Amino acid sequence: MTKLFLRPASWLAAGLILGGLVGFTSLPELAPYHDGDEKLGGDTTVYETGRNAFSLSAANMASERQTRFFVGNSFFKKAWVEAPSSTTARDGLGPHFIARSCGACHALDGRGAPPQFDKQLQAEQPMALLFRLSVPGASGPQPEPNYGGQFNNDAIPGVKPEGKVQISYQPQTGSFPDGEPFELLQPQYRFTELGYGPLHPQVQVSPRIAPQMIGLGLLEAIREQDILANARAQAAANLGVSGRANYVPDAYAGKTMIGRFGWKANVATIAHQSAGAFNGDIGITSRHFAQEECLPAQRDCRQAARGGKPEIPKDKLDAVIFYSRTLAVPAQREADSAEVRRGKWLFSQAQCSSCHVASYTTGPLRGLPEVSGQKISPYTDLLLHDMGPGLADGRPDGLASGQEWKTPPLWGIGLFADVNGHTRYLHDGRARTLSEAILWHGGEAEAAKQRFMAFNKTDRAALLRFLESL
Amino acid sequence: MRKTLLAAALLGALLSPVHASAAEVSREAVVQQYSQIVFASYEDSLLTAKALQNAINAFVAAPSEAGLNQARQAWLAAREPYGQTEAFRFYGGPIDDARGPEGQINAWPLDEAYIDGVKGKPTSGVVNNRKVVISKKLLSSLNERGGEENISTGYHAIEFLLWGQDFDSNGAGKRSYTDFVDGQGNNADRRREYLKTAAELLVDDLSYLVAAWQPNSNNFRARFEKKPDALRQMLVGIGVLSRAELAGERIEVALDSRNQEDEHSCFSDNTHRDIATNARGIQNVWLGEYTRVDGSLLKGASLRDLVAASNAKAAERVTADMAATQARAEAIKAPFDQEIVNKDGRSRVQATVAALKKQASSLVEAAKAIGIKKLNVNG
Repeated sequence: MTKLFLRPASWLAAGLILGGLVGFTSLPELAPYHDGDEKLGGDTTVYETGRNAFSLSAANMASERQTRFFVGNSFFKKAWVEAPSSTTARDGLGPHFIARSCGACHALDGRGAPPQFDKQLQAEQPMALLFRLSVPGASGPQPEPNYGGQFNNDAIPGVKPEGKVQISYQPQTGSFPDGEPFELLQPQYRFTELGYGPLHPQVQVSPRIAPQMIGLGLLEAIREQDILANARAQAAANLGVSGRANYVPDAYAGKTMIGRFGWKANVATIAHQSAGAFNGDIGITSRHFAQEECLPAQRDCRQAARGGKPEIPKDKLDAVIFYSRTLAVPAQREADSAEVRRGKWLFSQAQCSSCHVASYTTGPLRGLPEVSGQKISPYTDLLLHDMGPGLADGRPDGLASGQEWKTPPLWGIGLFADVNGHTRYLHDGRARTLSEAILWHGGEAEAAKQRFMAFNKTDRAALLRFLESL
Repeated sequence: MRKTLLAAALLGALLSPVHASAAEVSREAVVQQYSQIVFASYEDSLLTAKALQNAINAFVAAPSEAGLNQARQAWLAAREPYGQTEAFRFYGGPIDDARGPEGQINAWPLDEAYIDGVKGKPTSGVVNNRKVVISKKLLSSLNERGGEENISTGYHAIEFLLWGQDFDSNGAGKRSYTDFVDGQGNNADRRREYLKTAAELLVDDLSYLVAAWQPNSNNFRARFEKKPDALRQMLVGIGVLSRAELAGERIEVALDSRNQEDEHSCFSDNTHRDIATNARGIQNVWLGEYTRVDGSLLKGASLRDLVAASNAKAAERVTADMAATQARAEAIKAPFDQEIVNKDGRSRVQATVAALKKQASSLVEAAKAIGIKKLNVNG
């Protein structure tokens, strides 16, 4: 027996066996990488980082269509001015508004941030963070009687703004199972210096931050049947995830359609979203949104000067809509690196992918060949989910309850720092890091969050690295 | 015999022609020459803006028609170097980083009714609201965050005050100097104050840019010259200005809207010069050259030289395209707002757009020769 131990061959055999055993248990699992996986936006994908990353036209856009893109860009980003003005193409701002242009909130076509604080004091009024208002009604939520469907904290001279928004944050501390501490900020919103009397005692408020503008035409081209298939798959998996579609009236289609856009999937088409936002956020009228949002009690608003009828003509609005639908999605960075692939595998393990559905092939979208038939990876099921009381706003929207939110797409999420100089996430920008954003997940997402929390530090870092690559 | 041979050799060396075409330039030299040009361009802009400020100060001290004309001439002169600096935008340099003053310097469109009375609202604006204190702080407080443009400061605010709204289809705005005379113009004192303050703010902003690009300082220039992607940024500036901003935003949009005042210098009808100076600025960066306002010429290592060393044809193409663009841009007749509504004018303007698009394409190709693939020109 002793002689066996001393033979070199025995040592070799033992070494190989031990080595094999050790190797087998410590090989980390990685998601596969295939050439082209980084093209999150299919053929619209651009390879760009930095501040211009969200502002490029779809890479597959024909050169003759670029002009319309530029016209749309111009009317998206340039300030609207009070009427009357020499530049009649761009006047009609207000009378009530929250921003002077689309680009003011969707800066560089990117994600808005909540107001800055300077030594614990709120340094500015929110602009990229808007507040939807409503009161409960017999047949669903109604606009607040004196302030309407949205709080406007700015106005043209001679008209009172609706008031000011004061924000404060309550810290909540906790720790991961491995002991690492974290802090979350719970926002509270108050309305002060009200211009038209007190708010209704049962007012419902929903803070909504401006999301990034990339890939919107692609989302519009996802087939309705694929969205509904997501819901069926979740129900069948029976894991506590039960997404459902929102159905909302669309001004352009003149009928009710599946919602895809907005934080509660409360808008069906980019056309409706653009025209609605022009009207609600900037005070610019158009064919389908022909009235200024001035309430009966807001006499100064009702009497203020108007721009043309409508303030944005059809062809310019159509250009803005075209622009909004054809902004390119930047490619995933370092998609083939081990850490990103590890994070992607863990994303699936934790079942984040139940709601943040990775891939689709888009259907045809009339007039928009750039986005039709594309293999895309938006990481969203476009469905509503109950996210728990911590994130709830208490305000129903269409079929969405006061506790439901639509799964936002994750593409571009790793570029907010590059484009917009901040890292604020979730519907009101309360999360300062991606980790905080995950920690806010509750309700249907509670189990997935717990799985993330239970990962060791290296694995958590890998998952975050994967998110940052998108 | 040896002396003669030596002399002959020396003479030979002196007389032999320097081989001009394949002059090797280093990337560092190209970046440094660029910095020189940027600095000189902003210096000239500051110089002419100070001359504008002097003309304005003289005018408000004793308003007269001659004084107003002098201020207008000074404004037109100040736009010549500034227009060339727009080639330095679009990569987050000092002009347009998060705190950059671009919006405050060159904001368009202007909210005229925010500043002063307009046709249809004669008592509007800060000028006519005696409760508001006119100060640099007030004017710059309107500069919105997140990249939005200011609506009430900069060259065009000064332009609006000097010329007034343009209701003449064949000429510029016709504001009378009496708008600035106590007893004749409403709130004339505040109009004078606004004009002075806007000019001060412009000088401050241009001074900031000059300081950022000064040589031998601990500033943006010092860091820029060490950046590995400095060349790429230089190309992004001229690429995006060629395609997205000048061809697209400024010209195609105006052509598309046919809206007479949808042009940048709508009060003075100087938009044709804006286009020509923007085109010139692009050429300056490409050729590594800049003609200063005093007539002297800065010349040195250029992108053209760098590209030519790897791909002479691609470099020639860009040079030729830019020369063609300059010719087309200079052929656009004033006033621009008339050019965009008549057939011949539209052809001239379209030709400029086509030339700009062509040069943007050639730039993208040329960039590949120096290792910059997929240059973004769409902003």
